[in-house]
Amino acid sequence: MADSGQQADGCAIEVERLVKSYGDFNALRGVDLKVKWGEGLAIFGPNGAGKTTLIKILSTIAKASSGRVSVGGFDLQGDSVKARRQIGVVTHQTLLYDELSTYENLRFYGKMYDVPHLADRIRELVAQVDLEARRDDPVRTLSRGMQQRAAIARALLHDPPILLLDEPGTGLDQRANEMLINIVSSTGNGRRTVIMTTHSLEQGLAFCNRVLILARGNIVYEESGKLDISTLREVYHRHTGVGY
Amino acid sequence: MKESAGKVLAITRKDILSEMRTKEIVTSIVAFALLVIVVVSLALDPSERTSAVAAGVLWIAFTFAGVLGLGRSFVMEKDKGCLQGLMLCPVDRAVIYFGKMLSTVIFMLVVEAIILPVFVILLDQPRFPPHLVLITVLATVGFAAVGTLFSALSVNTKAREVMLPLLFLPVASPVIIAAIEASGLALAGGPWSEILPWLGVMVAFDVIFLAVSPLVFEFVLEE
Amino acid sequence: MQILKNNVLSTNALFALMFVTMTAALFLVFVYVPTEASMGIVQRIFYFHVPLAWVAFIAFGIVFIGSILYLRSSNRKWDRLAHSSAEIGMVFTSLVLITGPIWAKPVWGVWWTWDARLTTTLLLWFIYHGYLLVGSFASDESQGARYSAVVGIIGFVDVPIVALSIVLWGTQHPEPVMSEPGGLTGAMLLTLMVSLAAFTLLFAYLLIHRVSLALAADELKRLRQFADERDYDG
Repeated sequence: MADSGQQADGCAIEVERLVKSYGDFNALRGVDLKVKWGEGLAIFGPNGAGKTTLIKILSTIAKASSGRVSVGGFDLQGDSVKARRQIGVVTHQTLLYDELSTYENLRFYGKMYDVPHLADRIRELVAQVDLEARRDDPVRTLSRGMQQRAAIARALLHDPPILLLDEPGTGLDQRANEMLINIVSSTGNGRRTVIMTTHSLEQGLAFCNRVLILARGNIVYEESGKLDISTLREVYHRHTGVGY
Repeated sequence: MKESAGKVLAITRKDILSEMRTKEIVTSIVAFALLVIVVVSLALDPSERTSAVAAGVLWIAFTFAGVLGLGRSFVMEKDKGCLQGLMLCPVDRAVIYFGKMLSTVIFMLVVEAIILPVFVILLDQPRFPPHLVLITVLATVGFAAVGTLFSALSVNTKAREVMLPLLFLPVASPVIIAAIEASGLALAGGPWSEILPWLGVMVAFDVIFLAVSPLVFEFVLEE
Repeated sequence: MQILKNNVLSTNALFALMFVTMTAALFLVFVYVPTEASMGIVQRIFYFHVPLAWVAFIAFGIVFIGSILYLRSSNRKWDRLAHSSAEIGMVFTSLVLITGPIWAKPVWGVWWTWDARLTTTLLLWFIYHGYLLVGSFASDESQGARYSAVVGIIGFVDVPIVALSIVLWGTQHPEPVMSEPGGLTGAMLLTLMVSLAAFTLLFAYLLIHRVSLALAADELKRLRQFADERDYDG
C-alpha cells in the first residue's frame, strides 16, 4: 500500500467538532468521528443529512467551517496535499474525461499522483476491472457500467489506503458492484480503510463492520460489530422518521 | 518545484489532447472571430479603415472570442465532475490554475495565428508588422491570467454566460486598451518608442495577475 | 455586532461632527468661495465631484481589505463590511458619474469627456457592479461571499493599472480634461479640503449604519433559525 501517515495507534480519519454551513444552511453541526485503520464504515441517512458534505470535506473538495479534520494522519488545515495522496474517491460521477480513453485518463491521473511504474500499474488495473478490450476507446463510448469500472480503476490508481465511496450503488451495475466489493476487500498488506455513504443497507453491511446514521447534520446512531439488518432498519426509521 | 511544472504541463497536455479530438473550441472561436470582424467592418467606410480603427476591430473580435474560449475552458471540467477529479489530485490549487491558463493561452494563440493574416487582408492593411505578434502574445497571456480565474468562478454561478464577460471586460480593460493602441501604432508603422509604453502596461498587468490570481484561486474552487 | 447599541454616544458624536462639517462645506461651496473666472458657477460642482471620487476610491479600498480578511478568517462580518462598503461606494461612484456630465456640458459643451478620472471611475463602477452581482448570483450565501471577495481583491489590484492605461491613452487622444485652469487658490483649497472631510465623515457614518443593519439582520436570521429548530426537535 502507498506510504501513509499510518501509525499503529493513530486513526485513519479523525474528525473533531466538524461544522459546515452553506450560508444559513447548516449541513453538518458538530460531528465527531474516529475511524481506525482497516475499518469499514457505512454511513446511512436521508437526503440532506450531510453525508455527501462529509465526504466532500474528507476529500478536500469542501472546507470545514470549523472543527478539526485529519485524514491519513494529515491535518487538512495545513497538509491537505499530503492527505489527498491517502484517499481514493468513487462517486456517482466518473471524474473521467469523455474524449480521452481509459488508458489516457489513467496516464493523466497517474502523472498527477506520481504513480511509480505507471505503465505496469495501468495494465494491472485495467485487467482487474476487465476493460482491456476497450482500453483505448474514448470514455464516452463506454457503457455506464464500464465507465464506472474505469472510475474505480482511477480511484485505485495510486493505491490509496483510504477509500471514500459516495453512494457507489447508484450507477453501478451488478458486475461493477461485485468488482468493487472484491477489489476493496482484497488486500495487499492490510485492509484498506473504507468509508461509504449509501442508501442500501444490504450493500453497506456487505462492506462494513461499523455503521452510523447521520440525520440533519448530526450523528444520531452508531454501532459496530455484528449488525442485523432488520434491527438496523428499525433503528433507522426510529431516528429519522423515514423508512428504508 | 520541477514536479509541479510537470503536473502543470500534464494538465495542459490533457486539454490539448482533448481538444485535438473534437476541435470544438478552436473551430467555433475562429469562425466567431471572423464573423465579428466581417460584421463590424461592414459598418465601416473604406476610408475609415485606418490602422487605428482596424486595430479596434481586431481587438473587439479577439476580446469576444477570448471570452468564449475562456468560458469553454471550465465547462469541460464541470462535466462528469472532472473539476473535482482535479481537486482530488495531490497538488496545490495553483497548479490547476497554471495548467488551465496555459492551455487557454495555447488555444487562443492558435486562433489568433489564423485570424491575424486574414484580418490584415480583409481590412486591407498596408503591412503585417511583426510587433503585432508580440502584442498579441502579451495580451493573450493577460486575458488568460485573469480570465482563467473568472471562468472557474462563473462556471459555478447562475447566468454564467453573462457573468464571465461582466467580470472580465472591466478588469481586462487595460490590456484591451493597450493592445488596441499598440496594434494601431504597429499597423501604421509607428516607432518602437511609442509602442513600448503600451507593452509596459501589458507586461505589468500580466505579471501582477499571474501572481495574484493563483493566490485566490483556491477560494474559487473549494466549497 | 451591536455597534450602534453599545456606542450610541460615539455614533451620535460622529453624526454631530459630520453634520457640522457638511454644513460648513456647503457654506464654503455656495457662499464663501469666489466664482471661478472661466467656468462660472457650474465649477462649484468640482467641490463635490472630487470628494465623491475620493470617497468612492476609499470605499473600494475597504472592500479590498474586507475581502482579504474574509478569505483568511471566513468570518462573515468581514464580508458584511465589504458588501456594505461596496453598496455605498457604488452610490458615490454613480454620483461622480452624474456630476461629471453636469459639469462638463456647460463648460466644455459635451455631455461626456473621456477624462482620466471620469473614465477610471466608470470602469470602477463596472467592477463594483460585478462585485455586487456575483454576491447575488452565487448558489448560496457563503459561496457568494467568497466569490465576491475574490472579485473585490482582483478589482482593487486592477485599479492602478486601469488608471495608468487611461492616463496613457489620454496623452495620445486629447480630450477635455476636467480640472481647473490655473492652480487652486487658498480659498479653493480650503473649500476642497473641508468638503473632502465632510464627505469622508458622511461615508463613515453611512458605513457604520449599513454594517450594523447587516449584522442585525444576520442575528435575526440566526435566532429565527434556532427557534425553528427548537420547535422541530421539540
